[in-house]
Amino acid sequence: MSEHNPNEGTLSEPTRRDFLYLTTGMAGAVGAAAVAWPFIDQMRPDASTLALASIEVNVAALQPGMSLTVKWRGKPVFIRNRTPKEIEEANAVALSDLKDPVARNANIAADAEATGVDRSAGEGKENWIVMIGSCTHLGCVPLGQSGDFGGWFCPCHGSHYDTAGRIRKGPAPQNLAIPTFAFASDTVIRIG
Amino acid sequence: MSGHSSYQPSTGIERWIDQRLPLPRMVYDSFVAYPVPRNLNYAYTFGAMLSVMLIVQILSGVVLAMHYTASTAEAFVSVEKIMRDVNHGWLLRYMHSNGASFFFIAVYLHIARGLYYGSYKAPREILWILGVVIYLLMMATGFMGYVLPWGQMSFWGATVITGFFTAFPLVGEWIQQFLLGGFAVDQPTLNRFFSLHYLLPFMIAGVVVLHVWALHVTGQTNPTGVEVKSKTDTVPFTPYATLKDAFGVSVFLIVYAWFIFYMPNYLGHPDNYIPADALKTPAHIVPEWYYLPFYAMLRAITFNVGPIDSKLGGVLVMFGSIIILFFLPWLDTSKVRSAVYRPWYKLFFWIFVANSIFLGWLGAMPAEGGGLIALLFGGDLKGNYVGYSQLGTLYYFGFFLVIMPLLGLFETPRRIPNSITEAVLEQQSKKAGSATPEPAKATV
Repeated sequence: MSEHNPNEGTLSEPTRRDFLYLTTGMAGAVGAAAVAWPFIDQMRPDASTLALASIEVNVAALQPGMSLTVKWRGKPVFIRNRTPKEIEEANAVALSDLKDPVARNANIAADAEATGVDRSAGEGKENWIVMIGSCTHLGCVPLGQSGDFGGWFCPCHGSHYDTAGRIRKGPAPQNLAIPTFAFASDTVIRIG
Repeated sequence: MSGHSSYQPSTGIERWIDQRLPLPRMVYDSFVAYPVPRNLNYAYTFGAMLSVMLIVQILSGVVLAMHYTASTAEAFVSVEKIMRDVNHGWLLRYMHSNGASFFFIAVYLHIARGLYYGSYKAPREILWILGVVIYLLMMATGFMGYVLPWGQMSFWGATVITGFFTAFPLVGEWIQQFLLGGFAVDQPTLNRFFSLHYLLPFMIAGVVVLHVWALHVTGQTNPTGVEVKSKTDTVPFTPYATLKDAFGVSVFLIVYAWFIFYMPNYLGHPDNYIPADALKTPAHIVPEWYYLPFYAMLRAITFNVGPIDSKLGGVLVMFGSIIILFFLPWLDTSKVRSAVYRPWYKLFFWIFVANSIFLGWLGAMPAEGGGLIALLFGGDLKGNYVGYSQLGTLYYFGFFLVIMPLLGLFETPRRIPNSITEAVLEQQSKKAGSATPEPAKATV
C-alpha cells in the first residue's frame, strides 16, 4: 500500500486508504449522533416527572351530585358522585348515537364499548366517574354540569360531553379519558 | 447589483484597515453607494422598520430578562414587580409587549408589499423563502414570549398550541410531551420556552443577514417591476433611501409610542393578568391578534374528510396556510411582476387583503354557526362565524392554488414601460400636463 499511485485514482480497486476513510467517516457520524442524542433526549419528561404517577384521594365527603377536581400529572382529574338521574341518562343512550363508541377507559379492554357502566367505576360503583378533565380536542378544561347533554362543556371550541363524559357534539374527537384508578378502600380512590 | 466597489479609503488608518478587514468597504458598498431604483415608494420602507423593531425587541428583551424569573411560582410575580418596582420597568415591558405587535404589523405590510409588487418572482425566490423563514421564527418567538408572564392566556395558549401536535396519529402525544417536558404545561415548559425565546431572536437576526445578502445580490424590486437597466434608473442608497426609510420609521415609531403611552394593553387580553391556573380554563380563549387569521382557519374545519378527522384537518389547514407561502414563486405563473400592470391580479389581491382581515376578525369570534352550506343555501347569515370562516379559508387557499396559476394564463397585462426612468418621466410629464419629458433628474 505504500506505493499508492495517484494516477490510478478511482479506477483502481478500493485501497486500504479508501477503506480507512470510509470507516473513519462512519465512526465520526456515529459519534456525532451519540453526542446529539443527549441534547435531544433532555427535552423528554424526566424520571421525577414520570414518578408523579400515583395519588390517593379521599372521597368520603362526596354526596351524590357533588364533584371534586384534583391535580394529577399536572392535569385536572374530575371525580364525580353521579346522581341516579345522571346515571340513567347515560345508560339510556344508544351506542349508535355516539361520536366515539370506544370506552377510553384505561382500566378495561382498549376496545371496550362506551356503555354507561364501562365509563363508570364499574358494576356496583356506577355512581362514580373518574376522568382526566382535559378536553380531547386541544386540552382545555371543560366546565362541569353544563352543555347540551348535562355533562361537561368545553368553552374553548364548543365540545359537549354527556353525563358519562362521552363526546356528543363539537370538534373533540374522543371521549374524556379515564385514567388508571382503583378504590383503595370504600372511601379512597388511588389514581395512577 | 453588487457591482464594482467604489469605496476610496482616504486616510492612512482606513487604508490600513481596508487591507486587513475590509468591513468599512462592505458597509460603504452596501449602505451608502449601493444603487436602489429611483422610483421606490413608501411601501419599500417596511424593511427598515422591521430592522428597527428587531433591535428594539432584542434590547428591551435583554434588560427584561435581568428582572424576570422563569419559575412557575415566581414568573407572574416577577412580571408584576417589573411593572411596579423596577425603575422604568413598566416602560420596558410595554415597549416589548407592544413591540411584538408592531413587529407583526410591519411584517404583514412588508409581506403585502411583496405580494403586490411580485417581489417573490425570479430571480428573488430565495430572498422570499428566507423571508417566510423569518416570519415563521417570529411566530414561534412571539408565542413563546407570550407564555412567559405565566398568566391564564399564557398557560392555556401554550396548552392549546402544543395540543395541535396531538392531532397527528401515533406520534402526536409523544411530540406534545417532548415539547412540554411533561404531561402538561409546567415548570419544564416555562424554562425551555424562556431559553428559546432568548435564542430565537438571534437566529432571526442571522436569517435577516442572509435575507439582506440575497437582496443585495438580486437588487430591489420597484413599483414598475421592471429590472434596473442603466445607471439612470438608480440613485445611491445614501442619502435617498436612508432618509426615506428614516422618515417612514419615524412615523411608524410615533404610532408605536402612542400605543406604549396611551393604550398599552389595547392589543392584549385582560385574562393574562390572572395568574395561570391549571384547573380552570378562561371562558373565551383567543390567541394574540397576529395569529387570529390562522386560528380562524384552524377552527373552520369542523368536518371529517375521509380518514382525516376534523381536529387533524384543522391543524393541517393551519400549518398549510403558512407552508403554501414557500411555493408562491412557482404558483404565480404570470411573467409580469407588478400588480400595477395586472388589473385582475390587483382586484384579487385587495380581496385577499380584505379576506385576511375578515378572517382575523372571525378568529376572535366564538366558533358558532351552522357552517358554509347553511350560510349559502340555508340563509343562516347572522352569527354563522363557522360558515364565514369556511368561506374565508376557501378564498385564502383559492387565491394561491387557483387564482394565481390561472391568472398568469388568462390575464392581459397593461403596457409595461421599457425602463424605470421611462416610467418615472412619463409620470412626471403627466403631472406637469405637458408632453415634453424633462431630462433625467434624480427623484425619489
